[in-house]
Amino acid sequence: MKLFQQLIGRDRSSARQAKERMRLMLIHDRVDMSAAALDKLKDELVGVISRHVEIDVGAVRIEMTQDGREQRLIADIPLRPSRRRGSG
Amino acid sequence: MPAKVVTITSGKGGVGKTTATANIGAALAQNDLKVVCLDADIGLRNLDVVLGLENRIVYDLVDVVEGRCRLKQALIRDKRLPELFLIPAAQKRDKSAVSPSDMVRLCNELREEFDWIIIDSPAGIERGFRNAIAPTDIVVVITNPEVSAVRDADRIIGLVESEEKGPARLIINRIKPSMVRKGDMLSPEDVLELLAVELIGLVPEDEGVVTSTNRGMPVVMDGRSRAGQAFRNIAQRLMGAEVPFLDLEEGGGLLGRLARRIRQGGD
Repeated sequence: MKLFQQLIGRDRSSARQAKERMRLMLIHDRVDMSAAALDKLKDELVGVISRHVEIDVGAVRIEMTQDGREQRLIADIPLRPSRRRGSG
Repeated sequence: MPAKVVTITSGKGGVGKTTATANIGAALAQNDLKVVCLDADIGLRNLDVVLGLENRIVYDLVDVVEGRCRLKQALIRDKRLPELFLIPAAQKRDKSAVSPSDMVRLCNELREEFDWIIIDSPAGIERGFRNAIAPTDIVVVITNPEVSAVRDADRIIGLVESEEKGPARLIINRIKPSMVRKGDMLSPEDVLELLAVELIGLVPEDEGVVTSTNRGMPVVMDGRSRAGQAFRNIAQRLMGAEVPFLDLEEGGGLLGRLARRIRQGGD
């Protein structure tokens, strides 16, 4: 039980929280883009892509990741199978 | 050989820029290298008092730039370390009294006389910071394992890169191994992963820094101080030696593992 509590405690350690908060904050600092702006970009991107192909809007994931000191925008956009299947 | 110019900067105040400047300068001078420490924090001068040279100031950086004295007249020699010199900042002026091109001109003159020029940058990202990095060859960013200091360090590292003065090197100062062990402080590994720059020094929290600063004596002159050892190691790395990072925990904890990892991965 004690070990279990220790593990829980470690999971929520302040250093861990600090690192997680900093990771996101630094990415946004570096590209000068807020979480709200990223959401807006996501909505617009979904709009544009939806005009060309059917996508699973609820499952779209767009996030910024860190690679060394470079930032990357990663978009994962699942497509829906076409309903207009060949009616042969 | 003309001097190398190193600028110690941080963005945030109070993380140890002046202490690092004094101690890296003193440690280089202990190796019989001719060193000048230059206080670029005009209006908030402190390097003089940390080095214990506050009573010997006649002329300052602004006097040199404005032509009221010759460069040699503003150089204060440290009697304990005869290879160590200081050019103090002006106390009653502000950062606009000096321009980046003034700093370049001044350092070009100093380069012929010295092996190392160590510049203590003011906090912030404005004129004083621009002045401090204008003449530099190597930028050393110093931070503490705290969210605000790490965030500011990241901003500074980005600015240094965009000014084409990079890649910056990192000192993590005031590490408390016991807090790191308990998960109460960002570990050096965490900070390095977040900032993604080359590490040049790990300095443990050490009360000896306070007591030696009280006496106006750089802590590198105290052979028993852990922080002093860390600063001597940084000086060695600037000189091109490969020195293992301090194992701050007996039996090899996080820092030991970090040090080993860096040694394995380093070039």
